Amino acid sequence: MATTDTVIEHEIQEEQDLWSGGKQPFKASYGKLMMWYFLLSDAFTFAGFLIAYGALRFSSPTWPVPDFVFSTAPFGIHHAPLIFVTIMSFLLIVSSVTMVRAVQEGHRENKNGVVFWMLLTVLGGAGFLMCQAWEWTNLIGTEHMTVTTNPFGTHTEDGVYLNADGSESDETFKAGESYLLHKAAGGGHGEGHDEGPHYETEVGDYAGYAVNEKGFVLRKFKVTEGEDQGIVKAEALGPAAFGALFFFITGFHGFHVFSGVMFLLIILINAASGLYVKRKNGYEMVEKIGLYWHFVDLVWVFVFLVFYLL
Amino acid sequence: MATLISAPQVQEDKLIEELGYDDHFHDHHHGDKYQSNFVSTYIFSMDHKMIARQFLITGMFWAIIGGLMSLIFRLQLGFPDESMAWLKPILGQWITINDEGVGQLSQEFYYALVTMHGTIIVFFVLTAGLSGTFSNLLIPLQIGARDMASPFLNMLSYWFFFLAGVVMFASLFLNTGPFSGGWTAYPPLSALPQASLGSGAGMTLWVTSLVFFVVSVLLGGINYITTVLNLRTKGMSMWRLPLTIWAFFVTAVLGLLSFPVLASGFFLMMCDRGLGTSFFLSEIFIGGQALDHVGGSPILYQHLFWFLGHPEVYIIILPAMGIVSEVLSVHARKPIFGYKAMVYSILAIGFLSFIVWAHHMFMSGVNPFISNFFVVFTLIIAVPSAVKVFNWIATLYGGNIRFNAASLFGIGFVSMFISGGLTGIFLGNSAIDIQMHDTYFVVAHFHIVMGVAAFFGMYAGVYHWFPKMFGRFMNETLGKIHFWVTMIGAYAIFWPMHYLGMAGVPRRYYRFDLFDTFRHFTEINKFITIAAVIVFAAQLLMVINFFYSIWKGKKMTTRNPYGATTLEWTTPIDTGHGNWPGKIPAVQRWAYDYGKDGKEFIPQIVPMAEGEKDGGDH
Repeated sequence: MATTDTVIEHEIQEEQDLWSGGKQPFKASYGKLMMWYFLLSDAFTFAGFLIAYGALRFSSPTWPVPDFVFSTAPFGIHHAPLIFVTIMSFLLIVSSVTMVRAVQEGHRENKNGVVFWMLLTVLGGAGFLMCQAWEWTNLIGTEHMTVTTNPFGTHTEDGVYLNADGSESDETFKAGESYLLHKAAGGGHGEGHDEGPHYETEVGDYAGYAVNEKGFVLRKFKVTEGEDQGIVKAEALGPAAFGALFFFITGFHGFHVFSGVMFLLIILINAASGLYVKRKNGYEMVEKIGLYWHFVDLVWVFVFLVFYLL
Repeated sequence: MATLISAPQVQEDKLIEELGYDDHFHDHHHGDKYQSNFVSTYIFSMDHKMIARQFLITGMFWAIIGGLMSLIFRLQLGFPDESMAWLKPILGQWITINDEGVGQLSQEFYYALVTMHGTIIVFFVLTAGLSGTFSNLLIPLQIGARDMASPFLNMLSYWFFFLAGVVMFASLFLNTGPFSGGWTAYPPLSALPQASLGSGAGMTLWVTSLVFFVVSVLLGGINYITTVLNLRTKGMSMWRLPLTIWAFFVTAVLGLLSFPVLASGFFLMMCDRGLGTSFFLSEIFIGGQALDHVGGSPILYQHLFWFLGHPEVYIIILPAMGIVSEVLSVHARKPIFGYKAMVYSILAIGFLSFIVWAHHMFMSGVNPFISNFFVVFTLIIAVPSAVKVFNWIATLYGGNIRFNAASLFGIGFVSMFISGGLTGIFLGNSAIDIQMHDTYFVVAHFHIVMGVAAFFGMYAGVYHWFPKMFGRFMNETLGKIHFWVTMIGAYAIFWPMHYLGMAGVPRRYYRFDLFDTFRHFTEINKFITIAAVIVFAAQLLMVINFFYSIWKGKKMTTRNPYGATTLEWTTPIDTGHGNWPGKIPAVQRWAYDYGKDGKEFIPQIVPMAEGEKDGGDH
């Protein structure tokens, strides 16, 4: 007993000594502390954005359903909800694992190990960025979503669509179901969507649909339930905030990943050149960029949560 | 005589040599790298003492600009019918001269002046000029460090501030004028370039400048926090830190957590301005035309802004509080009363400052139930604030006070903080705020409590540490004149505003004599304007004193002219890079051993006697 007491007392003493000056209380160098505090402040920046997201989303009567919006993948894959973003997230998260290995090799002073695992991390980050580039291209180019226009809408009532000539079709829908507005001009259907009827490209109000000034076809439908039963309405654009927030927040995160990849490359080159072999604190730079990389990864978890899951 | 003066110094040097620790600093010849030529000594300096002086002098430049702006709009308010034609050479197109030769200030420019006055004083003077100056100067000197943790980032911090200043300064010369929508930059005035004259290029430069400013604050803050945590000298436990350091430390934490949120708001606003998004805009009509912006929320911006905006108030006042605690204790020759209570109240204020922001928004249409929450926490802040006031007064009580410029400004700070703090209790109540909101009562409140009080703290610090910065003293007589004119003048300016506010006079109006309700306040407005001119003149006196004393002031002959206990007074008069020529002193006791055991003061480097109890650490 006596010995354990002494050990505990010794530990308490040591703990107090850490704060008594002349020492590093967290046993971390100033550089690592600075990285931690930077990440803390950066976390508040992202928190600001995500709070803005929450405020705008919950003041909007409808919000696009992620399973519907993010159901496309390269090579003509459709109706595959969240498959592509899963691959993307997997790449990023695996790159965190390889980062951990790089740091570990740094502790072991194994230069080749550091270089190898950092290279894999860079590849993971770059892969994520390429995926994001494709996703943006698809959303902007094919599905016509921009920061000001969001073609992903949600029905708020049950109804039945009208045909282009104004007659009732057999295509029905329920409240809560999603739709994607297409552009009439330039063949404008989303890649892989079934060929539909021909629509006029001029702005105007037609029998079974309308074309708005942005060129979107707004199909008309008859409400089949509730107060407005029997009334003919037209589809509308979805909440514009969705597009603006999506591009802004994933863009801001993507910028972090991009800078991370750049820093990783610089440190990778430094490590390969043997710079850190000579340094007193060894591979600490690898550790510091590792902190940043894990943070970017963690932020993605939240971004993923709000845009793709909720 | 000479030997008598230097006797304590020799003893101190011996203590440092015996008990201090050798970090082999001078073996590395860092001095050459830091101060080898003019550019590396005075411009791109990485020495914290030089950076502090850069912050201070830049802050003074901005204080003069910001002060002059207030004089111009005060002239407009006090003498709306007088001709301003004589300002034409400076203001150019913003003065229009009518057929009778009477010059009138442009109404747009009036708003631009009000906006710029607020922005400049809040951010450039009282944030950068105050906490930038004294955190840089005192953190390494008082904790016993060679320099900041990262001198390079510290240099960047100053130069980002400088860059922010250049951009803001440029905006003053725009053809369409600087931003004019209030220093809070609420949308839609800030988010729509076509909303007003200053909302176009003026706002673009305003927001760019402030983004640079946020970078500066973050670089500085990360450095201050890390330095305080990691670079304290041997024996300098957290409970032995002077209160200045505690205040700067908490200030840096507040800045680190609140400025990024402001940056978030600014980035979203840039998108609204440039990319056509609608984060902060909804259902706007200009000239009867509905704009394409729907779905955004201007209240959201207010939340993001005030999440910074409220802690910002404490970012301004906490350093002043720390400085005043130190100055009062030194010049009252007494230990600070309730050291631990002071530390805990700084921490409590820091924490509470994050959960009261919506008290700026009682009239913005926030839910009254949520207002309750914010009212309660706002009023709770009065508790730690009152603890501090009590402790300052108790420190002074029975003290053998030296009434010099520094301590007078310290006492003046306490007076201002009480006066302004009391009206804060009025405004913190949402029910009373409905009546007082956007009146001169609010103007009086925040000018006294965070404007004048923070300036007083800053002056106390400048007079007190001027010898440490420049090796000479400022002129005491001029300093005392400066104090009395400012003290009486500041009350003369802001006291009457309380009455105006209670009578319902709204702030930010261009003139009042055209309203029947407000016409009878003409004389009060004249009085305020005259007082403002006199007070501004006294500040110029201080500036003259400052620059005169840098070159011609009375020279410092001893290291520790005030008989203070803290470490900065153990450095040589001409403090070089690395602060101590030999070893770093080790700390043996807390920072406030005044009048203990029959000694007038005991420096922190003096070991404790047998059986002696440490002041702070119990």
